[in-house]
Amino acid sequence: MQEIKREDLIAKAAQLLADGTVDRVIGWKKGEFDYDVTPAVFTSKEELESEFVWNDFCGANFSKYLRKEADKTESKVMAFLKPCDTYSFNQLLTEHKFDREKVYVVGIPCNGMLDDSKIKERANGISSVSEENGKVVVDTLYDGKITLERAEVLAERCANCKSKKHAAYDELLGEEGEVLDSARFDEVEKLEAMTADERFAFWQNELSRCIRCNACRNICPACTCEKCVFDNPASGVENKAISDSFEEKMFHIIRAFHVAGRCTDCGECSRVCPQNIPLHLLNRKFIKDMNEFYGEYQAGAEVGSRAPIVDFTTEDIEPCDAVERGGENA
Amino acid sequence: MRKISLDKINQLFAEISSKSSLYIPVDTAAGAKFEKYDGTKTMSDALNTVRSAKDFFFPQTENMVDFKVEGKNIEIVEPVNEYEDFVVFGVRACDVKSFEILDRVFLADPVDNFYKNRREHGIIVSMACTKPAETCFCGTFGIDAASPAGDIVCHKTDDTLYLDAKTEKGAQLLDSLNALTEETDSSAVDAQKAKTAEIMKKLPLAGLDASAFGADKTMEFFNAPEWKELSEACLGCGTCTFVCPTCQCYDIKDFSTGHEVKRFRCWDSCMYSDFTRMAHGNIRNSQLERFRQRFMHKLVYYPTNNEGIFGCVGCGRCLAKCPINMNIVKVMKKLGGNK
Ligand code: SF4
Ligand code: SF4
Ligand code: SF4
Ligand code: SF4
Ligand code: SF4
Repeated sequence: MQEIKREDLIAKAAQLLADGTVDRVIGWKKGEFDYDVTPAVFTSKEELESEFVWNDFCGANFSKYLRKEADKTESKVMAFLKPCDTYSFNQLLTEHKFDREKVYVVGIPCNGMLDDSKIKERANGISSVSEENGKVVVDTLYDGKITLERAEVLAERCANCKSKKHAAYDELLGEEGEVLDSARFDEVEKLEAMTADERFAFWQNELSRCIRCNACRNICPACTCEKCVFDNPASGVENKAISDSFEEKMFHIIRAFHVAGRCTDCGECSRVCPQNIPLHLLNRKFIKDMNEFYGEYQAGAEVGSRAPIVDFTTEDIEPCDAVERGGENA
Repeated sequence: MRKISLDKINQLFAEISSKSSLYIPVDTAAGAKFEKYDGTKTMSDALNTVRSAKDFFFPQTENMVDFKVEGKNIEIVEPVNEYEDFVVFGVRACDVKSFEILDRVFLADPVDNFYKNRREHGIIVSMACTKPAETCFCGTFGIDAASPAGDIVCHKTDDTLYLDAKTEKGAQLLDSLNALTEETDSSAVDAQKAKTAEIMKKLPLAGLDASAFGADKTMEFFNAPEWKELSEACLGCGTCTFVCPTCQCYDIKDFSTGHEVKRFRCWDSCMYSDFTRMAHGNIRNSQLERFRQRFMHKLVYYPTNNEGIFGCVGCGRCLAKCPINMNIVKVMKKLGGNK
C-alpha cells in the first residue's frame, strides 16, 4: 500500500491546473485489471477523477513522455515523480534533453511497487488485487482468495531500492525518505564469483531469449538518441535479423556500454522485458565497477555531474590495473 | 476417441519422438516455452507459451538464399530446408486458429514455399483450455477454447489424456500410438467442455464484442480522434507484434558477409519507424499512424481482405506483455462502444 492517497494526488494536480501553474499532468491511468496501468496525460480534474490511478502498480517511469511533452508547448507540464524517477529526471536534464522550466515536479513517496508477473506466477485467473493488513490479496477465478506477502511479489528494483529520497522536485507531498544502503550488487557479486565459462553460459542462456523487441531500449531514460544506430539500415547492423548469437549479445553489450555512467539503475529495462532477461545485472556490473575504480558515483543524483568515464582526473585508475583486476576474476 | 493415463504420458512422448521431432511446452524461469522433447522434459500446464506457436512455421529470422561470389562467378546456394516431419504438442485453441489466419496470407498466391513446407511437415496436437486467464478473449472471435482445432485434439483431466484425431494426418499419428492408448467414449470430455463453457462466461473480457469492427469499416475508424489518446503512451517497441501469433509482417534484406551475400527474412513490425520507409521517404511518420495500423489491420483490413475473419485470436499476449499496458482490448473498448 502507498501511504500517500490517490485523492491527495488528484487534489494537488487539480489545484495546479486550476491556478494555471501547469496545463497538463502526466500520471498513471487505470486499465482493464487492477494491475495494468498506462502512463497518460490529463488536462482536467474530471479526467483525473475518472481515470487517474495511484496504486502498487504505478512503476512506469515518465522520462520518455516528459521529454516529448516538455517540447510540445510553451506552458508547463506537471509530473508525479517517485524517488527513483527523479534520478532519471536529473540525468535527462544533465544531458539537456528538455527545459527544466517546462516541468513542474511533484515528488511523491513510494513504498515499492509490485511486479504483476510475480503475482501471475502465483495466481491464476486474477479478478482483483487489493491489500489487507499489509498483505497482497489476490482474488482469483479458480482458487478463491490468495494471500501473498508483499516481499514475495515486490518488483526486483524495489526490493533493492537505492533511495527513498527525491533527487529533484518543485514540491513534495508526504515525507521525504533517505538514500538507502541497498543490496543491489549482491547478484553482481555472484556473477563475478563465477568462472568466465560459467558467466558466459549464464549470459548465453539469458540473452538467447531476446526477441529484439527493443522495449528495453525504448523505455530507457538513458537511451535518448534521436535515431538509434540499431535502427539505421545504413549502419550495417541488422537489428531485426538477430543474424547470429554473437550479434545478439553485441546489442546488449553495446547498449550497456552506451548507458554506462548515465544509467541511473531505474530498472525499467528489466521491468519491460517480455522475456524476463535480467538486464539490470549488466548495468549494475558497470555501476559497481565505476564505484570501485573511480569512487562512488550515482547518475542523476544531481544535475550536471560528470560521469567518471567521461571525466578525466589524474587520480584515475590506470588501465593496466583495471585489466589486472579483471584478470583475477576471469 | 482414444485415452491414455497421464502416468504414461512420457511413453507417449517417447513413441512420438522416435518417429519425428516432438515439441512440447515446458516451464522455464522465464515462462512456458516450446522445447524439443528429449526424454527428460515434462509438459507444462501453463495456459500459453510466452512466444506464440507461429515460430514453428514462420520463424523470427530465416535464410532464404546465399550468393557466393568467386571472381566473376556468382553461385546461388539454396539453404537446406527442413523437410523433416515434426509434431507440436499442446497448442491452445487461439494459437491453432492463428495458423488459419497465417495460411490465408502465406498460402495465398504467390505461395510462400518456406511457410508451406513447414506447414506440410508439421502436425498440430492441440490442447483444450480448462483455466483461461483473465486476459483471454478468444470467445470474442468465435473460438471455443474447450474445442480447439488441430490434427489431433487433446483434453486433459486430472489423471487422463483424451486424444481425438480430426484430420488424416492426425489419424495416422494417433493410429500409430494404438499400442499405448485405449478406445473410450467422449463423456469425460463432454463434461469438461461444459464446465469450461461456464468459466468462459465468467471471464472479465467475456462480453467483449467485435461486431462494430470488420470488413469495409476503414473510413469509420481511420480518422477517429481516439487514436491520439490510445497511442499517446506507445513506445513503438514492437513487443506486441513479436509475441502476437497472427502478426505476419516481415522484411527481406541482403546482408554482405564480405565473401558472400545472405538474403534473409526476419519479422518486422508496423510499430517501427523504418517499417514503411521507401525510396521517397516514409508514409507513416508518427507513432499514432503506426499504432493505428496494427489495430486497424487486425480489426478492419484483415477482415476486409478475408471474408470478415478478424486478424486477432484473443490470446491475450499483447495484454500481458505491452510495457505500457496498451492493447487491442482497450482499442476495441474505446472505439467500438464496448463497455
Ligand atoms: S526488452 Fe528484452 S526481449 Fe526486448 S530487446 Fe530488450 S532484452 Fe530483448
Ligand atoms: S539501462 Fe535500464 S536501469 Fe539503466 S537507465 Fe536505462 S532503463 Fe534504467
Ligand atoms: S493482437 Fe494481441 S490478443 Fe490478438 S492475437 Fe495478437 S497478441 Fe493475441
Ligand atoms: S485465449 Fe482462449 S484458447 Fe487461448 S489460451 Fe486463452 S482460453 Fe485458451
Ligand atoms: S502497443 Fe505496447 S507493446 Fe506495442 S509497440 Fe506500443 S508500447 Fe510496445
